[in-house]
Amino acid sequence: MSDIRKELEKRILIIDGAMGTMIQRYKLSEADYRGERFKDWHSDVKGNNDLLNITQPQIITAIHKEYLDAGADIIETNTFSSTTIAMADYEMQSLAYELNVAAAKCAKEAIEQSGKQAWVAGAIGPLNKTLSLSPDVNNPGFRAVTFDAVVEAYYEQVKGLADGGVDLLLIETIFDTLNAKAAIFAIKKYFRENPPLEGREVLPIMISGTITDASGRTLSGQTLEAFYTSVMHAKPLSIGLNCALGAKEMRPHIEELSQIASCYVSAYPNAGLPNAMGEYDEHPTDTAHYLEDWAKEGWVNIVGGCCGTTPDHIKHIADEVKNIAPRQLPVVQKELV
Amino acid sequence: MQDSVVIKPFLRLSGLEPLVIRPETNFVNVGERTNVTGSKMFARLIKENKYEEALSVARQQVENGAQVLDVNMDDALLDGVLAMTTFLNLVQSEPDIAKIPIMIDSSKFEIIEAGLKCVQGKCIVNSISMKEGEAKFIEQAIICQSYGASVIVMAFDEKGQADTKERKVEICHRAYKILTEQVGYDPQDIIFDPNIFAIATGMEEHNNYGVDFIEATKEIKQLMPLTKVSGGVSNLSFAFRGNDHVREAMNSVFLYYAIKAGMDMGIVNAGQLVVYDEIEPKLKQLCEDVILNRNNDNNEATESLISFAETVKAKGKENIKDESWRETSVEERLKHSLVNGITDYIDADTEEARQKYPKPLDVIEGPLMDGMNVVGDLFGAGKMFLPQVVKSARVMKKSVAVLTPFIEQEKEDRKQAHLAAGTINEEAAGAPKVLLATVKGDVHDIGKNIVGVVLGCNGYDIIDLGVMVPADKILDTAEKEKVDIIGLSGLITPSLDEMVHVAHEMKRRGMKQPLLIGGATTSRMHTAVKIAPQYDNGVLHIMDASRSVTAVSTLLSKEKEPLIKKTQDEYEALRTQFLNKGKKSMISYEEAVITKEYFDWKNYSPTKPAIEGTKVIKDFELATIAKFIDWGPFFIAWEMPGHFPQVLSDKIFGEEATRLYNDAQKMVEQIIKENWFRAEGVIGFWPATSNNADTVTLQTENGEIKLESLRQQLKKAVGQPSYSLADFICPKELGTDYMGSFAVTIHGAKKHIDGFNNDHDDYNKILVQILADRFVEAFAECLHQKTRKEYWGYEKNETLSNEALIREEYKGVRPAPGYPACPDHTEKIKLFDLMNVTENIGIELTESLAMNPPASVCGWYIAHPQSHYFGLGKIGKDQLEDYAKRKGMSLEEAEKWLRPVLE
Repeated sequence: MSDIRKELEKRILIIDGAMGTMIQRYKLSEADYRGERFKDWHSDVKGNNDLLNITQPQIITAIHKEYLDAGADIIETNTFSSTTIAMADYEMQSLAYELNVAAAKCAKEAIEQSGKQAWVAGAIGPLNKTLSLSPDVNNPGFRAVTFDAVVEAYYEQVKGLADGGVDLLLIETIFDTLNAKAAIFAIKKYFRENPPLEGREVLPIMISGTITDASGRTLSGQTLEAFYTSVMHAKPLSIGLNCALGAKEMRPHIEELSQIASCYVSAYPNAGLPNAMGEYDEHPTDTAHYLEDWAKEGWVNIVGGCCGTTPDHIKHIADEVKNIAPRQLPVVQKELV
Repeated sequence: MQDSVVIKPFLRLSGLEPLVIRPETNFVNVGERTNVTGSKMFARLIKENKYEEALSVARQQVENGAQVLDVNMDDALLDGVLAMTTFLNLVQSEPDIAKIPIMIDSSKFEIIEAGLKCVQGKCIVNSISMKEGEAKFIEQAIICQSYGASVIVMAFDEKGQADTKERKVEICHRAYKILTEQVGYDPQDIIFDPNIFAIATGMEEHNNYGVDFIEATKEIKQLMPLTKVSGGVSNLSFAFRGNDHVREAMNSVFLYYAIKAGMDMGIVNAGQLVVYDEIEPKLKQLCEDVILNRNNDNNEATESLISFAETVKAKGKENIKDESWRETSVEERLKHSLVNGITDYIDADTEEARQKYPKPLDVIEGPLMDGMNVVGDLFGAGKMFLPQVVKSARVMKKSVAVLTPFIEQEKEDRKQAHLAAGTINEEAAGAPKVLLATVKGDVHDIGKNIVGVVLGCNGYDIIDLGVMVPADKILDTAEKEKVDIIGLSGLITPSLDEMVHVAHEMKRRGMKQPLLIGGATTSRMHTAVKIAPQYDNGVLHIMDASRSVTAVSTLLSKEKEPLIKKTQDEYEALRTQFLNKGKKSMISYEEAVITKEYFDWKNYSPTKPAIEGTKVIKDFELATIAKFIDWGPFFIAWEMPGHFPQVLSDKIFGEEATRLYNDAQKMVEQIIKENWFRAEGVIGFWPATSNNADTVTLQTENGEIKLESLRQQLKKAVGQPSYSLADFICPKELGTDYMGSFAVTIHGAKKHIDGFNNDHDDYNKILVQILADRFVEAFAECLHQKTRKEYWGYEKNETLSNEALIREEYKGVRPAPGYPACPDHTEKIKLFDLMNVTENIGIELTESLAMNPPASVCGWYIAHPQSHYFGLGKIGKDQLEDYAKRKGMSLEEAEKWLRPVLE
């Protein structure tokens, strides 16, 4: 595996598109989700997409493969909800570790089938419980979960992903920065307790936040720069934005990020904003043109898609940016001059 | 397109919003009242579980200007972990508090860690130290780092707390090495607290504590320049507990010296800091003595301060403030209230001033603005801190609030008067809208608010978007609200880049509104060099609030275009000046030629001039010329700057200008009637081609004549061509183009000049001189128009007014040898030869190539619609050598003629 940093210096890398949109195309039934192993599970599991890593690994691998063929250099594991906390919705907390290992295997299998050079990013999602916001409007000081519990959940996920053999760790769709800080804390703790073998490095961290609306802030109220400042201690490989916005709305934020980020910048917007039916209908060429514009402005190093994007989107994006030079890393001064 | 971004090693913190501590930040005040050990009230509220009210203490600190909030729950009777968690979780749900970073303050590390688990922003931990040895210190530092917090390291080691300068520096340096080398902390994330101890306690060994802190700070900052120094300021005056008057003075004096030494932040009561300059001289001197340990043998300084404190105390707590300022004039009283942030008397004083001044607006523009100017000066000099300035602004707002109903009433009265008289009330027709915003990343808005107040008082509709406003929001609002003018403000340096960005976006969106730039770090130079080139529809730097009114009113009148044009010219000159300064920023001549300006020649068909060769024009009608006179330079020559005709109604010299103008008009009439002047000119046109570099070849009846141009060589922004006049002529391989030339002169002035001189009538002498110049310029303008419409005929249907001509709205240019685009005077020789100028119209060239009569102009005509004026700037030695070769001159001779443009 060549060093991703060397590749990032040379070109804009492509990260894959939506997993959920692609799984929907298979129109899977409750029985498909359960598979043989969970056929007698005591609660419904349809919609637990991460479970497919164990029950339908060939489907997950096939989707990864489609993205690789479309031009993706980085594929994300199907682990957005593979934590004890998120799996509680299906009472499958005990499967968290296994789901991560299985997901990493699916992604690596797809790369092997494709025969191309690509990297697996272990996807670490935002959780359905937040550390900065109270779910109870009458009790703003209340929290549904503790920092320690979140660290514990993420620690287990990181362990699963690392054991499964991912190349990168991607903390993504961050709408509460404190959750992301817990993930960073867990990753640091994991590598302190499980130092990499001699001559190898800890897995690079990618961070991708979510600006939720036109106010330009995260759901937990931070401005983009405040968010960036709050997570920089992770010393990430890249910082970026994904989800919630289409490329059109994300543009000013990516521009800002490109000006303040000392590391690489990533961007994978949704395929526009949902239409009246809640569907994403931005045409691949449109998405691709927005991203081409950012690339030409010299703002990005890693681009791809989030909700509603498909291998077709990724293919168009990859074609549009392939001849455009990547954003240059800023000069990080060590002294005041 | 993008230049590479530079990221500086500043301390960066965040709440909901970022706080970047830059070298010019001056001083960050950390709110201290949310501390159970320091505030009895806060402690009581926490103990009684009144968290809602405790939040209001935090809010008050923010409102008073705290930039970071210190939270401390160290009390033996409290569950510190629980109290810290509960309070910080609540703070997170209050955006007006949570916007600033939190300093988690405890001597118990488990409380610190509990706090770190609640805050999404980047915090400061206050504090860790080596008092329990290195191992513990490292362990705690790693945990802080895992949460992404900056740390305050207290100057404390196994042996105890450092009290001397040497110990303070030594411990801090040891901690620094451990943190940066073993833990991996960035130096800018390390803050030292070298311990502020109480002084003037009566114990002689305490007397030097102030000096120790100040000097240690100086040395720490020298040794470890990226680190910060902080401290709990109130400790210093602990000996004077119960005497706030003396304590505040001591704290303020101490801060003044500590900040000078490099102290970056301090835990202070943001609402209670006296202004250094406002401390009564006696007390200030006593404070300085104890703090700097001067005149303090045998505790003398301490004793003096103590006995002074007794007298203050004796007067009784309520009356310790000096009220003598109440005896001064109302203007002085308003100023005092503004500078000291006193609202107690502001209503009455404002009312008194309103009755004294003719109009309520005069109170704002007079005494209130004067007071705010003092505030601005003190702030700039580091003698006032942000919280104090915030208080001043509040006093200002209160005062304006008193005046507003009267201003409204005046407006209403005018409206009624108009109605009664049946005339049109312009005010009612919807006031022009001015949008104001402090740009993204900047929170300073005092200046902007003053501008808002002043403009608002002048009848404009102000849309104030506040601070930290992203470009998109500014421009979306501007478009939605159809505003007439956009004003941007900013105090800190990075705001400058943001303004550039806004201007850039305005162009991208195709907006039309003029853009005003204001704020302390903005400058004409920066505006000219960086912002103005981004946007074509008017960018103006506004020096201060008082100038905003004139600028806005001009921009909303029909004088808008002249003002914008004039400003653009000024900025162009500034840009040239700026370019000329930077020696390094020069590209090679070779590169400059490659980056020439390219026109779309293939789709351009040059117009063949109607006249071939030369044409002499004798005795051109003076009355026609007079219509083309640009009166602006006439008044500038008389040192009355301003636009024509506004200059005639200028407040200061309007009357004199009007008189002068009338005299000039009379003389112009006489000149025409009595044929004082004789206007003569010669023009000529030839087929011309360029060589893709800097030579233009003319085909004349006597063969080829080669004209040599100079090319800009100063490094410009990426994508900006290096201009040369030769670029405006079609390259030979792409076709044949044309070029023209002209020379005009005014004969006859000398006789009248001499006549007035003999009569000792200097006034009329200068008048006729200046008018001769105006006439020849007007003649050049007039002939250029006739050339476009008739003699050359490339713009037959042109219908531009004289104002439009003055604004150079015509197509093509007429650059003059010896002027900015082609500074080499020796090209004039070729021009004179081409048209036999001396024989035909009697202009002679002096040996330094000046023209005689002095009222003469000559130059080239270029027709391409994209051709434009520009300034050459400096050129390099390589171009000089090439130019000398082309001209067949020795290097020395070329150097002589081109000296002004050589490095």
